Amino acid sequence: MVAPNYELIEQDGLETSLLEVSMGPHHPSTHGVFRMDVKLDGETVVDLKPVFGYLHRNHEKLAENMSYLANMPFTDRLDYFNSMTNNWAYALAAEELVEIEVPERAEYLRVIMAELTRLVNHVSLVGFFVNDLGALGTPLMYAFREREKILDLFEEASGARMMCNYFRFGGLRCDVPAGWLDRAREVVDQFPKFLDEYEKLLCENEIILSRTQGVGTLSRELAINAGITGPMLRASGVAYDLRKVDAYGIYDRFQFRVPYGEVGDCYDRFMVRMLEMRESVQILKQALDGIPEGEIMGKAPRVFKPKPAEVYGRVEGPKGELGFYLIADGTPKPYRYRVRPPSLINLTVLRDMCLGQKIADAVVILGSIDIVLGEVDR
Amino acid sequence: MVERSVELEMTIQNTSPGMDLDDMSSAELERAGVIVTRADFLYNWARGNSVWPLTFGLACCAIEMIAAATSRFDMSRFGSEVFRPTPRQADLMIVSGTVTKKMAPQVVRIYNQMPEPKWIIAMGACAISGGPFKHGYNVLKGIDRYLPVDVYLPGCPPRPEAVLQSLNYLQEKIKKQDIKTDPAFIKGRRQYPVPEFTGKDLEPPYNPDLWSPPENPNGEPNEPPKKTAA
Amino acid sequence: MSELSHEPLLKEFPDARWDEAFGAVIVPEGRARVMAEWLLKQGVDYCSNVTGVDYLEAEVKEKITNDAGEEETVTRTEPGRIDVVYHLYSMRDQTGPLVLKQRTGRENSQAESLTPVWRSCELQEREVFDLFGVDFKGHPDQRRILMWDEYEDHPMRKDYTEPFDYEWEPTPHDEILEKHKKGKVIF
Repeated sequence: MVAPNYELIEQDGLETSLLEVSMGPHHPSTHGVFRMDVKLDGETVVDLKPVFGYLHRNHEKLAENMSYLANMPFTDRLDYFNSMTNNWAYALAAEELVEIEVPERAEYLRVIMAELTRLVNHVSLVGFFVNDLGALGTPLMYAFREREKILDLFEEASGARMMCNYFRFGGLRCDVPAGWLDRAREVVDQFPKFLDEYEKLLCENEIILSRTQGVGTLSRELAINAGITGPMLRASGVAYDLRKVDAYGIYDRFQFRVPYGEVGDCYDRFMVRMLEMRESVQILKQALDGIPEGEIMGKAPRVFKPKPAEVYGRVEGPKGELGFYLIADGTPKPYRYRVRPPSLINLTVLRDMCLGQKIADAVVILGSIDIVLGEVDR
Repeated sequence: MVERSVELEMTIQNTSPGMDLDDMSSAELERAGVIVTRADFLYNWARGNSVWPLTFGLACCAIEMIAAATSRFDMSRFGSEVFRPTPRQADLMIVSGTVTKKMAPQVVRIYNQMPEPKWIIAMGACAISGGPFKHGYNVLKGIDRYLPVDVYLPGCPPRPEAVLQSLNYLQEKIKKQDIKTDPAFIKGRRQYPVPEFTGKDLEPPYNPDLWSPPENPNGEPNEPPKKTAA
Repeated sequence: MSELSHEPLLKEFPDARWDEAFGAVIVPEGRARVMAEWLLKQGVDYCSNVTGVDYLEAEVKEKITNDAGEEETVTRTEPGRIDVVYHLYSMRDQTGPLVLKQRTGRENSQAESLTPVWRSCELQEREVFDLFGVDFKGHPDQRRILMWDEYEDHPMRKDYTEPFDYEWEPTPHDEILEKHKKGKVIF
């Protein structure tokens, strides 16, 4: 006897049926409250429907009732791993509305904070990814050890470990304390040694190679058409990095390469992130060498009341292109405030990548997309 | 919900804390390798020092909860050795992060599935009262509208040391519990009604046994405020 | 990054309008899909952002020259509308952005779905349907994405009222209490 909404299939004289599983909002992998309704034929995924909205905190509606600067702490809570990059995207969009010039030292510090955030994000992601594969706990502990060192730096500079709220329109909130640059230098200098250790343990590992190569392949044309950005796009073979294309801030002064992959499977995404961490270390070394003395805050107007205009400002966040679309109407509050979430748009192709794979691979593919629910649902 | 009552016949001589023997004789017995105590004390000591949490991270506070379990802050030295993914094997639900109205029925359902003894720590401002997202149409203004909370932990997000301190407070609370008034023995496993989705809001908007709306500080009755021209 | 010019688009489709104030191409009714397919052929292959904006009925004061040749200020009522805004880039040529806007009214809002052209519009148009109530013709899978399925309202509209949740402003004290007693601060 089969329940009424199962579909029966005849196969070799045996009756089987499709199993519908809701990998529900509460599940052991650590990506947040995200639900996938999968239809399984044995262990193969036949259909997949993602369900969002379990963390919808109506960030956009809240922002219409508050002034521009009061929205800055809320941008921290969007993608809660990388609060500094979210702040920078919002500050970039608002500075275009009012045309403020940011001083040199603030620009260098912004780049340093953004690249440190990229290190934090990629190292946490690699830890969670290997956690999903089954290496329960230990690589995650190693990754979080590095993350704690960088979070200590953030706490000294801005006062909070995660929700930093450090950027302001026209510069930064306050200067870094004495000796911070030396401590940052120490952390950055020993980071490649940690990366070597991690690579030796993980990247030649047989289990990781066999479980991630060929799994979840994303073709180049589909990636461009579906609006995928960030390391996922670069793993599929498109060298599109906003730090080179838009060259916002002072990124055109630094020498760095943009790694990209060939095949577009989970292993490529994993390796692109490992290589990007090395490039971030290069940028950090150059920035820490060249940072000048000076002011932190440019000439910002007393009351932030831009004239009616629209602006779309975007940065290369660690997860993809994070954009802010602001419509100003002459009052101190924005008329429309929209966040372009990279994680939500990267999930467009989840179904395409998972069809035909096993159910265990679906978890690995989800882990390699690198979503964070605060951004998907806002 | 079926109410089961279990009759307990317990003979306890007196309920004052402390041993019944005086210090000299208890010290002698200890030297011989015998410890005399009450059943309460032993029971609570065992329960309090082996609280296993459920992996229930909703939002940003979940990352600080994971950081509290990593090697720098190390929650397992307080007894929370493993985080169990299934509610049937967990004791403690740390509600970390904003509970939205879409997620609220699942939270209550998971709490109903946990066997006794069970406790809740409401971690972060969002789980206590809605937090920074209070003026939200999809935000449940605090998980204590539907479930009984034992420890409230403010912060946005609270530091991992604060998470450890809240675990300590919970352990102290457990050690003060009395075995005769334990709800698990009197009523069985506590279960609460699961709210349902309607066209505008959850139904019921709060559980009247657990939470009632506070008094309006303007002294007016509990009605929606009239919107004045802003 | 170099700009993506709107001139070729306006030459190919003369019925589209260029809004100078906000730098956007206003798409006429029913022409969105055709314009999108032409743009895709030109190499505009990346749709970055799809969103909706709600405008209530408003009174607009304008200075025009009337028949007598004088300048006067007239007030006219601008009807309410919902805009669906698309930000388009070209990854191949590394140019952009180009902004397209589809306009529709506030009752019975309908627009054309550009999901068959650019796949990245799929989830974002579902969000505009959920939060604003715009019906997209030709969308492969239009259903609510962020709110639960039984929900009836469209929350991001400007005239939406939230359900009453017993959250008042915090109890006033000190200077605010003084001002409240004098009637200067209203809760």
